[in-house]
Amino acid sequence: MIEAALSRSVRRWCEGATGATSAAKLSGGASQETWRFDITHPDGVIGAILRRSPKGYGAAPTRAAGLAAEAQLMQLAYEAGVPSPRVLHVLVPEDDLGTGFIMQRIEGETIARKILRDEEYAAARPILARQIGGILAGLHRLPQDKLPALRSRGATQEIAEFERDYRSLNWPKPVFELALRWLRDHDPGPAAETTLVHGDFRNGNLIIGADGVRAVLDWELAHLGDPMEDLGWVCVNSWRFGEIDKPVGGFGTREELFAGYEAAGRKVDPERVKFWEVMGTLRWGIMCGGMMQRFREGPDHSMERAMIGRRASETEIDLLRLLAPRGS
Amino acid sequence: MQDEPTPIELTKAVADFLRNDITPLISGHQAFKLRVAINILDLVTRQLTQEAGSEAREVERLRGLLGIDGSVTELNRALAERIAKGELDLATPGLAEHLWATTMDKLAVDQPNYASYRRELGRNP
Repeated sequence: MIEAALSRSVRRWCEGATGATSAAKLSGGASQETWRFDITHPDGVIGAILRRSPKGYGAAPTRAAGLAAEAQLMQLAYEAGVPSPRVLHVLVPEDDLGTGFIMQRIEGETIARKILRDEEYAAARPILARQIGGILAGLHRLPQDKLPALRSRGATQEIAEFERDYRSLNWPKPVFELALRWLRDHDPGPAAETTLVHGDFRNGNLIIGADGVRAVLDWELAHLGDPMEDLGWVCVNSWRFGEIDKPVGGFGTREELFAGYEAAGRKVDPERVKFWEVMGTLRWGIMCGGMMQRFREGPDHSMERAMIGRRASETEIDLLRLLAPRGS
Repeated sequence: MQDEPTPIELTKAVADFLRNDITPLISGHQAFKLRVAINILDLVTRQLTQEAGSEAREVERLRGLLGIDGSVTELNRALAERIAKGELDLATPGLAEHLWATTMDKLAVDQPNYASYRRELGRNP
């Protein structure tokens, strides 16, 4: 069914294309879906990805930038040399596919544990922390006059927002209170420079091949803010997948990350990075609580949701390791 | 008093049945869901085994820190409020130790294989 609509669509905008085949849903919630499919073409098959909100699900959740913005950001990133899929087509009403976009499919791995353990990526792993530094520098330099409309969030607003989210859960957690106090006491205030912030740049949202990072995905939390936020988030322990002595996604050291960032001509503020790492750890903990709430209140009564509630304690131990480390 | 087998023995029996007899029969997404289900039963078994002891110790520490009495939920709510108000912080004697002990007890139930927990377990507090 979706293949028929995709076939009609690709024939309109992809010159020479004869149709679409092999459509398969990769992931999908109620409001957003990702599909893979092939565009058949006399010169050879073109691998493609569809990201869309089905008809009737146009509105984006408050924190999300929206699919149109995502497409624009990915295209800007691609043009600036930040590893990113090329956007092939932004959906229009005649496509009859909802709202969203179609992009080039990039081969590689996104599953963090495979990237950290499989032999295939052994040569890439030691270069990734530094490479990520360079990619983030490029991303933070994307021309602001070309960006789509994005929400703007600094440290002070983020603390207030997460505190509100946490309090709405009615889930008293002394360690989270301690982290909120620490964040308020260490609020670095407005950044010296406001840039595009990816917002979810981490191991798991990168396509990686034997040669390193091939694409940055999941731009839906992009916003304007403190560029150090991305450097802190990529170091959050939850994204090291067990490789806890390698803060940058389980790949390497902060020093390598910072060196890659500075070699690309941008300056690191390590204190701010630490602030955002603490913030990011708490953020994931509160998100775990949010999933528990959604499980309880019904919309998603799955076992997986329920179990994510029990992962908040992982962020509590990580917050204690950051804020009240024990001697060895 | 309820009869036996105990809840611990019963959940463990179900988990073992799913793990040993059903796992080999199932594949794909349902196999993933089955693993989640077994993990849940294992977590419940750990909690039933450990909760009484760890909660008694937690309540004892909370009474000492706060100077009041109450249920474990009430005392945690009181501690959270006092930290929020800045009345207690990491300079308060015993607070860091309490939070560490409580968090370690939680991880022992929730995620005993979590790398940060394994690391801290190997450390002398």
